[in-house]
Amino acid sequence: MADNPTYKLIGKDFTPPDIEAKVTGAATYSEDFRAEGMAYVKMLLSPMPHARVTNIDASEALAMEGVYGIMTADDVPSFQNPGEQILNNEPNFVGEPILAIAAVDEATAANALELVRVDYEELPFVLDPLESLYPGGPDAYRGGNLVSSARVEEEDEVGDIGVTSHKWTARDFAAVEEGQLPMGEPTLDWQYGDLDGAFADAALVLDESFVTACNSHHSMEPRSAFSYWQNGKCYVHGSTQSQMFIVPGLANMIGITPDELVYISEFCGGGFGSKGGAYTIMALPAHFSRMIGRPCMLRITRAEEYYLGSARASFQGRAKLAFNAQGKMIGADVYIVQQGGAKNPFGDYGAAGTMVSLVYTPDSMRFRAIPIGTNTTPCGPQRGPGQNQMSAIMEPLMDKAANALGIDQLEIRRINASNHDTLTGGENRQKLSSSYMLDAIDMGAERFDWAAKFARNGERNGSKVIGVGIGQGYHSAGISGFDGLMRILPNGKLHIHTGVGNLGTYSYASTSRVAAEVLGMDWANCVIERGDTSKHLPWTIGQFGSLTTYTMSRANHAAAMDMKQKLQEIAAMDLGGEAADYDLSDETVFRISDPTQSITFAQAAQRALELGGKYSGEDPNGTNPLTQASVAGLAGTGLIGVARDTTPLNEHISAMVASFVMIELDTETGNYEILEFVSTGDCGTVNHPIGLEAQLRGGACMGIGMARSERQIYDPQNGLPGSVGLYQAKLPSYLDVPAFMDVSAVNKPDPTNPMGMKGVGEPPVGAAVGAVLAAVSNALGGHYFNRNPVTSDMILNATSGREQSHTPLQLFTQ
Amino acid sequence: MSTKDMMPNFDLFQPSDMENAFDLLEQYGADAWPLAGGQDSLDWFKDRIKRPVAVIDLAGIPGMSGINEIADGIEIGALTTLTEIAESPLIQDSYGLLAEAASRVASPQIRNIGTLGGNVCQDVRCWYYRSGLDCYRAGGNTCYADTPEGLNREHCLFEADRCVAVTPSDTAPALVALAATMVIQNSAGSREVAAEDFFIGPDVDIERVTVLEPGDILTSIKIPSTWAGASYYFEKVADRETWDFALVNVAAVLRFSGETIEDLRVVCGGVQCTPRRLNGVEDIVRGSTRDEETINLAAGAAARGATTLNYNQFKIPLMENLVKRAIRDS
Repeated sequence: MADNPTYKLIGKDFTPPDIEAKVTGAATYSEDFRAEGMAYVKMLLSPMPHARVTNIDASEALAMEGVYGIMTADDVPSFQNPGEQILNNEPNFVGEPILAIAAVDEATAANALELVRVDYEELPFVLDPLESLYPGGPDAYRGGNLVSSARVEEEDEVGDIGVTSHKWTARDFAAVEEGQLPMGEPTLDWQYGDLDGAFADAALVLDESFVTACNSHHSMEPRSAFSYWQNGKCYVHGSTQSQMFIVPGLANMIGITPDELVYISEFCGGGFGSKGGAYTIMALPAHFSRMIGRPCMLRITRAEEYYLGSARASFQGRAKLAFNAQGKMIGADVYIVQQGGAKNPFGDYGAAGTMVSLVYTPDSMRFRAIPIGTNTTPCGPQRGPGQNQMSAIMEPLMDKAANALGIDQLEIRRINASNHDTLTGGENRQKLSSSYMLDAIDMGAERFDWAAKFARNGERNGSKVIGVGIGQGYHSAGISGFDGLMRILPNGKLHIHTGVGNLGTYSYASTSRVAAEVLGMDWANCVIERGDTSKHLPWTIGQFGSLTTYTMSRANHAAAMDMKQKLQEIAAMDLGGEAADYDLSDETVFRISDPTQSITFAQAAQRALELGGKYSGEDPNGTNPLTQASVAGLAGTGLIGVARDTTPLNEHISAMVASFVMIELDTETGNYEILEFVSTGDCGTVNHPIGLEAQLRGGACMGIGMARSERQIYDPQNGLPGSVGLYQAKLPSYLDVPAFMDVSAVNKPDPTNPMGMKGVGEPPVGAAVGAVLAAVSNALGGHYFNRNPVTSDMILNATSGREQSHTPLQLFTQ
Repeated sequence: MSTKDMMPNFDLFQPSDMENAFDLLEQYGADAWPLAGGQDSLDWFKDRIKRPVAVIDLAGIPGMSGINEIADGIEIGALTTLTEIAESPLIQDSYGLLAEAASRVASPQIRNIGTLGGNVCQDVRCWYYRSGLDCYRAGGNTCYADTPEGLNREHCLFEADRCVAVTPSDTAPALVALAATMVIQNSAGSREVAAEDFFIGPDVDIERVTVLEPGDILTSIKIPSTWAGASYYFEKVADRETWDFALVNVAAVLRFSGETIEDLRVVCGGVQCTPRRLNGVEDIVRGSTRDEETINLAAGAAARGATTLNYNQFKIPLMENLVKRAIRDS
């Protein structure tokens, strides 16, 4: 990645401060903590996909030596149906926690659980949303199958929630051919442009029904939590991507105010979207600890992580696409039925529509969608929720269109690529802040040598055939309105407080460097305060949605500018003149007209303590109440810089990635090897090159898994999930991904970010899954599966001229 | 639902000689569980589905591990690790089929701990059975996989009998192809069973996959020199390149005389409960020249008689293709 001459720190590699502990094993995760007299908690999980608990008899279990107590749903708060519960007497997925036992050790707790007698009343269950939508079909939730005001975008707050039973008519189902998606009344419906005109004028119309897979998150660290109460506060060690973003939600689940919670999450062994916000099970040890008066550890096992750790929703969808003779997509009519999972569904379906509007820029578009509850693992966000499922489907279809129209597969993507003037779809169409997707496509194509590589598409070598493909991925990449907080101590060190979290992207550190850049600090003189709310952290965005880099570089820039202003004011007070007469250099404030007149940052910090007021933390500067509390906690320790990012933002921030793949597919085994992989991102100014490379490569690995093997299966007979171990879930191994991946970035600044940065954590996944599946279809001479993953059995059925074993709209196939 | 990933207590015995091991096996009978590398056993224990009272760790018994040349071939201790087998120059040079099969089992970490004996004795991987459901094989009276809705992509094409699970082993087909002999000992003495007869289907006993009975220990595996240095072919097709079980694997040895395939043995795993010896293929190919006609005839006969389930028809072309490659590319 290119060096950036404009900046001292931005665009340069550095070693994030938590790396050493991770590499040496010294890092402590939530289940590593111990305390005197602690108890271990084990949970009894529902064996049924939908049931009502009619009786619990724990007398034998409670009589066991070493058992401290039992906790049932009656002992913990319940949340509005169909929200995730801590414990539940009406479980609606296999693996939902019903009760828990605390004991002297885990083996005792597990043995005690075997003595608990639970009686159930079985309730109807449903795995397939279409079955639930059919008149008289079963409902997955208590009272229905539809959350009436489901979240549409991940940024949105949870609205009022109510459950209704939503059914289509038998005529809706009869109106389509076998294998086509029926399209009854949706809950999301938007349109722009002259859709009818587009389809009337089209040179080519595709009408494709499709299915995408449900995927588990496979976080290496399961969502274990440890908790105890001390001096009126509840301490929770948790495993989350985010830090401050967890606090309000978790405090609510525990039944305390945010100031009564100390939340510690210094390291996170992976989340991939599933640990972005507070989740209910992390409140269980806090409740148990309060009940039995002991510190409580809840270690989530690998199987439990699969049962309740959330999953990417699958889609059943239909895309009607109209192209003109030049390959421009002039109309898109897309319908998505989303697997809702057992609880409030995440809004993958809404993001799917935005993705189509921005990546393929159809002149006219209608988007309809509905999420329907299913008795499966709750569907939460997974890296590119909604967008990346669409990449898996749309990219091969772009090739199908190109082939039918006689247009080069690269060219059709160039023709339809977004630009700075592209508008999002949706009810409130927003302009992009910037789009250099065409640059990314061209840069990737050049690095891949598209023309030469594509000339080899279809090349045979015995049973093996070369396939070449392009994929594109998109995700929103930033919002505004969060706080930055920092202080300079009398020793001259800059302490940057960040409440972001430690997902593993190191953006907590790279966005902290924005503050150091603004103030001209030597990075060696900077300290990042994080990982523990008792360190007085500001209210910041969490680590999700590819949002951190853009959002926190803005917030830290705002707070650094506040710090700079205060440094200038202090210098003016002591040395005369106006604040504007001063500038910063080498950790001093100097008079521009006479640089010999200066004070050091250390001196300024000392002066701040004497001056008090806003300089030492007595004015939180219009920030969030949680930030205000942290500022109050830091008051009197140094010169405080604090601000909320209030710069107006009216545009949609978008990041996109283009990937190029060459595979060699063996028609006799259905397996293939990825020979070459190139990925190029449009993510604004590159902040942390090595971090960006890790995101592009890591995201590609997830996308390759989505393409070739990963899927959650459920047995239709009993609702039992079958992918509850790492080997069963078939995430790609080291040998299933290319040993070398060429990654790069356009590195052109976004005008709405002070440093030009945008996030890019999620689009690499979509670009990879799209490119690999496009390459598979191209290798097979244009065989389109309209599904992910494409497994070896599907390829073999295709190469041997057999029908596929699954039906076109079937979910959760093995 | 039973708690997963939380092993219940059991008595662990670590006998230092065979006699002591037999005493323990006799003492605990059906409640005893002989342990080799533990790579299959520990999953069962952790999920609390198999609950032995006494686990008898065989690792401390002298002579259970190692590769030795014997009068007619080699003898491999049952506790020899898969890594040792894959990396043994002796096996690589003379019985390359077994070295290659061993090298494709699971992952390097599992091969470092997992043993040849354990690999051939491991239980079936049917996901319903492994979930702890009360299927026929678990002593119940139903099969969840062989139903109109059952997810049975990984299940059998042949010899179904109430149970449709398949052998998951990569080394078992290689041992059958190499005409290996399994050495079994119990307190009454020692017996040798041909590898081909060692594995049993649900028609013989639905709750076992080998002839081993309580009190028996598989102590070693003998490979005769019959096929030493012969041409061979092994291929495993799985969803992933490591840490996965075969959808189908093929193990074949072929002896050429000039252009003629004088003799051969071809065995497939992943298609029935036991390694499936393809006698029909062998009969077609034996004595023939390796030409396209022979290869195609062999491939066409590979899956004859298969009965597909809902989702496993792909195993037919896969078997055919793997047999084609075994004859063509060995």
